[in-house]
Amino acid sequence: MVQKMVESPGSGTALRDDLPPLLKQSGQREVFCGLTSIVWLHRRMPDAFFLVVGSRTCAHLVQSAAGVMIFAEPRFGTAILGERDLAGLADANAELDRLVNDLLERRPEIRTLFLVGSCPSEVIKLDLAKAAERINRRLAGQVMVVNYSGSGIETTFTQGEDQALTALVPLLPASDAPQLLLVGTLADMVEDRLIGLFQRLGIEVVRSLPPRRSTELPPVGRGTKVLLAQPFLSATARALQARGAELISAPYPLGVEGSRAWMAAAAAAFGIADAQVAALLDPLVERGRRAIAPHRQILRGRRLFLLPDSQLELSLARFLQRECGMELVEVGTPYLDRQLLGAEIELLPSGTQISEGQDVELQLERVRAAKPDLVLCGLGLANPLEAEGIATKWSIELVFSPIHGIDQAGDLAELFARPLQRRSLLHFGTEPAVNPAAASPVPMAAGAAEPFATANSLAMANPTAGAAR
Amino acid sequence: MELTLWTYEGPPHVGAMRIATSMEGLHYVLHAPQGDTYADLLFTMIERRDRRPPVTYTTFQARDLGGDTAELVKRSVQAAVDRFQPEALLVGESCTAELIQDQPGSLANTMDLGGIPVVNLELPAYSKKENWGAAETFYQLVRTLLKNDMPEPGAPKPSPSRWREQGRRPRVNLLGPSLLGFRCRDDVLEVTRLLAEQGVDVAVVAPLGARPADLIRLPQADANVCLYPEVAGSVCSWLERQFGMPTIRTVPIGIGATLDFLLELGRVLDLDPELSERAAQQAEQRSRLPWYSRSIDSTYLTGKRVFIFGDATHAIAAARIASQELGFKVVGLGSYSREQAREVRAAAKDLGLEALISDDYLAVEKAMAAAAPELVLGTQMERHSAKRLGLPCAVISSPLHVQDVPARFSPQMGWEGANVMFDTWVHPLMMGLEEHLIGMFRHDFEFVEGHRSHLGEAPKPLATNSATVGSSAAATALLEAPTAPATSDISIGDSSIGDISIGDMGLADSAMAAVLSWTADGEAGLARIPFFVRGKVRRNTETYAKDQGITAITEEVLYDAKAHFSR
Repeated sequence: MVQKMVESPGSGTALRDDLPPLLKQSGQREVFCGLTSIVWLHRRMPDAFFLVVGSRTCAHLVQSAAGVMIFAEPRFGTAILGERDLAGLADANAELDRLVNDLLERRPEIRTLFLVGSCPSEVIKLDLAKAAERINRRLAGQVMVVNYSGSGIETTFTQGEDQALTALVPLLPASDAPQLLLVGTLADMVEDRLIGLFQRLGIEVVRSLPPRRSTELPPVGRGTKVLLAQPFLSATARALQARGAELISAPYPLGVEGSRAWMAAAAAAFGIADAQVAALLDPLVERGRRAIAPHRQILRGRRLFLLPDSQLELSLARFLQRECGMELVEVGTPYLDRQLLGAEIELLPSGTQISEGQDVELQLERVRAAKPDLVLCGLGLANPLEAEGIATKWSIELVFSPIHGIDQAGDLAELFARPLQRRSLLHFGTEPAVNPAAASPVPMAAGAAEPFATANSLAMANPTAGAAR
Repeated sequence: MELTLWTYEGPPHVGAMRIATSMEGLHYVLHAPQGDTYADLLFTMIERRDRRPPVTYTTFQARDLGGDTAELVKRSVQAAVDRFQPEALLVGESCTAELIQDQPGSLANTMDLGGIPVVNLELPAYSKKENWGAAETFYQLVRTLLKNDMPEPGAPKPSPSRWREQGRRPRVNLLGPSLLGFRCRDDVLEVTRLLAEQGVDVAVVAPLGARPADLIRLPQADANVCLYPEVAGSVCSWLERQFGMPTIRTVPIGIGATLDFLLELGRVLDLDPELSERAAQQAEQRSRLPWYSRSIDSTYLTGKRVFIFGDATHAIAAARIASQELGFKVVGLGSYSREQAREVRAAAKDLGLEALISDDYLAVEKAMAAAAPELVLGTQMERHSAKRLGLPCAVISSPLHVQDVPARFSPQMGWEGANVMFDTWVHPLMMGLEEHLIGMFRHDFEFVEGHRSHLGEAPKPLATNSATVGSSAAATALLEAPTAPATSDISIGDSSIGDISIGDMGLADSAMAAVLSWTADGEAGLARIPFFVRGKVRRNTETYAKDQGITAITEEVLYDAKAHFSR
C-alpha cells in the first residue's frame, strides 16, 4: 500500500540547454506533509469527513496549519493510536471499526469517509485499504469509504491532494462522452468563472474533480480531456490516463499568460478556432494586464528566491518573472515532475537555477548570500527571515487564496507586492519619510526604468484591487 | 485508539522543543519525518520568534526506511553540532521514529562530539503529551548537566538561610517559564520585581532565556521558585531530593496567592519577619484589584456564574480569585492537565464542585452550556465555545494564540497580574452602572431591544433556546449540537466528563421543551424582564415548572419561580 514518493524521471539530465543543471541536495526538508491538504479538501467537499489514522502529532499538525479553533465540529479528525493499538494489529482494526461507527452515528450527514494514512500508520503497516474495504462492505450504500496516504514519509504538502484524488479515480463512473475535466481544487468562485468561460468558448460539458459534493463524482473515459488546474497532481493524472482520459499539456492557470495558454490548450483540444479563443480572451487579457500593472511597478527588477513548499513554485516563478518583471535567484520545488511541468520549464528565462528537494541549512545560506528582495517560504521560516531584513511571502496563502485565472492575476501579483509595499510604508524614526522610494529598505534595481509609485498613487491606480476577496 | 478533533496539548516532543527554544546555546536533534517540521511555526508565528527553533529534524522518508536510518541520525547529529556548536545537545524522536526504534539518543552517546553533554530524551509519544514532555526534558537536561556536581550521599543539606552567614542577599531560581507558556515573559519580570522588594535576588531563570551553563549554577541559589508546576515540578522535586534545595510552591496568581507566596518565601529563606508583616499589611494597597472589587460598581459582580477551564495552575488560581477576590460563583472548574488532576479535583471539591478533567473540547463545551455561566475563563478554545454560546470569555491559559502574546506588559502573577486579571475578566461583562442604566432607560423609545453592549450579536445561551422561541439561523445551528450523542461515548479512555452529566442534558432539554409551553401572559411577563437576565429567568422558570410538574407557564408561574429561586 505504500505509494512511492514521486521521482523525477531521468533526473540528472539537463532540463534545458540554457538552464544550469538541476540542483539536488539532500538534508533537512522544511515542508509540511500531505495531511495538510485536508485543510482545503474538507472545505471543497462539505459532505466528506477526513479521518487521519495517526498520532497526536498528526492532529496537532493539522490544527496548527489550519488554525481550526473556529469550527464547532470540524469535518476532520484524528484517530490517535495509543500504546494498546501498537501492541497488536487485530486490536487496532477493531478499534478503528468501533471509532468509525461512533463517528458516523454522530455525523449522519457524512457521505464519504476518507481514511487518511499517516507516518505512524504506514510504519506499523496498518492496512487502511483493507479497513476501507471492510467498512465499505458493512456500510454499503450509506457511506463511501476511501483510503489514501498523507504521510510525511511519502508525501509533501500538496501531494496529499494528489493522493486523495488518485483514490477517487477508481470510483468514477465510466463514460466515453466528450467532456472537459478540470482536476484540482479551485475556489468555488474561480471555478464558476472558468467553467462559464469554457462554455462560452463552446465546450459544453465541463466537470471538476474533486466535485463539490463527494457523491457527485464525474465520469471518466475516452471522451474525457483532463486539464490540470494544479501542477501537483502527477499520480491523479496518470490514473485518469489509465482510464482512457487524455491529458492536455499546458502551463498552469496562474497569471494572465499562463491562464490564457491553459484555456487555449483546452480549446485546441476541443477543436475550437484560435480566432474564437482570441475574441473571448483577448479583452480579458488586456484587462488582466492592467490589473497587474501597478503591482509590476513594485515588483519589477526585484529579486525573488522561492523555497520549496507548495509545488506551485515553478508556475509562480514563471508568472512573476514574465509578467511582473521580477528576477529569479533560485526556484526551489519539493519535487520536479518534468512531464507535468514541462510547459512551465519552457517559459523560464535562460539561466534560471531550479532546485529540487532541500537541505534547508544550505539553502538558507544561499538566501543570505544572495540577499534577495523577496523570499517565498513556509510559515516556519518567514519571521526569522524578516528579522534578518529579508521580505517574505507565505506560500500557504497561495493554496488558500483564489489566484487562478486571468481575472485573478492582479490579485496574485498584489499578494507578492504587498510585503514590499508594506516595508516602504513603515517608518519608526523621528523624520517622516519624504520620498517613499528613498525610504524603501530595498534599493531600486539598477536600470529599472519605472519609478516606484507611492502607496497612495498605487491605491488610486487600482481601486478595485482585492475587491474579489 | 481515540478520536480527537482538536487537542489542547501537542505531542511530548513539542514540549521538548519548548525547552530547547526557550533556552540559548542548546540544540535539539529530532528524529522525525518532514511533516513534523510544522512545529517550527508554533514558535515563529504564535510567539513571533525572530529565530528558527534550534531544532534539526532528520526528515527521513519512506525510501530511507529500508536503508540505514541510524546512519541518518548520526549524520544529522554531527551536522547540527558542527553548524550550531551547542553547549549541550538534546537528542530524541517523534512518534514515527519511536516506532522504528533507532534509539537516536543512544546513538549520539556513542559519537565523539567533543565532550558536549548529550541528553537522551525518551518521550513516549503514544501515551504522553506536551506538558509532560516539557517537564521531562527540563528534568533530564538539569540532571545530565548536574551529574558531576551531585553532593555526596549523606552530605548535610545546605541551609536556605546560609546567605546570612555568607554576608550576601538571598537568591532564588525561577523555574518553569517557557515559550508557549501563558504570559511567562511578563510573569518573570513581575515576580523578579516582587522578590527584589523582599531583598531577594534572582539567580537563574530557566528554561526561558537560560544557557546550559546557567543550569549548572542552579544549586548555588538558596531555593527554587516553582512558577509553573506543569514544566518545573519534577525538576524542583529532584533538586529538593538531590541537593536539599527547598521549593517555594505557591504560584503567586491573585492577591491572596501573591501574599501566600511572599509569606512562604519569608519562611523558607528565613527573611526578616518584618518584611512579611509589611507585605501582609500592604497586600490590599499594592494592587488595584481589592479596591476595584470593593468599589460600588462591582456590586453587580456578586454571584456572577463563572465557568473555568485551563491548565491546572491557571485554572486553580482563577477559581480562587473568582470566588474569593471578585465574589463570583464558580459553577464549573476543570483542566486538561491529567498530571495535575488531583490538585484540580481538590480545588473543585472546596467549591462544592466535581472537577472536569478532559481533553475533549466538545465535552468541555457541553459542560459549559450545562453550567449556564455568565462568564467563561478558559483557553482560546473555550473562547470560541463561549462565543457560540453567546457568553463573554477571558483567556487565562495555554494553548496559545498569537493574541496571547500581547505587545504590552501583561503578567498574570503578582500585584500587576491581579490588575491585569481584573480588567480582562470584568470588562467582557456588562459593568454595574451600565447594567443599571439599561434597566432604567429600557422603556424609552431610543432603547433598542436586544442591545447587547459590547458582547456583540452573539446568540442566546444554549439552554434558553427552547422550542417556543422563534429561532434564528444561529440559534438553530446551536441547537444541532446537543442532538448528537454524548461526546463521552466517543472519546475513549482519556476523557472522563466528571460529574456534570451533559449527555443527558440535551435530551432532557428537548423533552422539557416538548411538554412545557409558555402562555401569552407568561411570555409577556418574560418580555418585561431585562434581556440580559431574561435567559436565566426563562431557564430557572422552566426548571421550576418541570420540578413542580407544571406544563403551562403563566405569569404567575414566573413569579412563583422568582420567589422560589430568591430564597
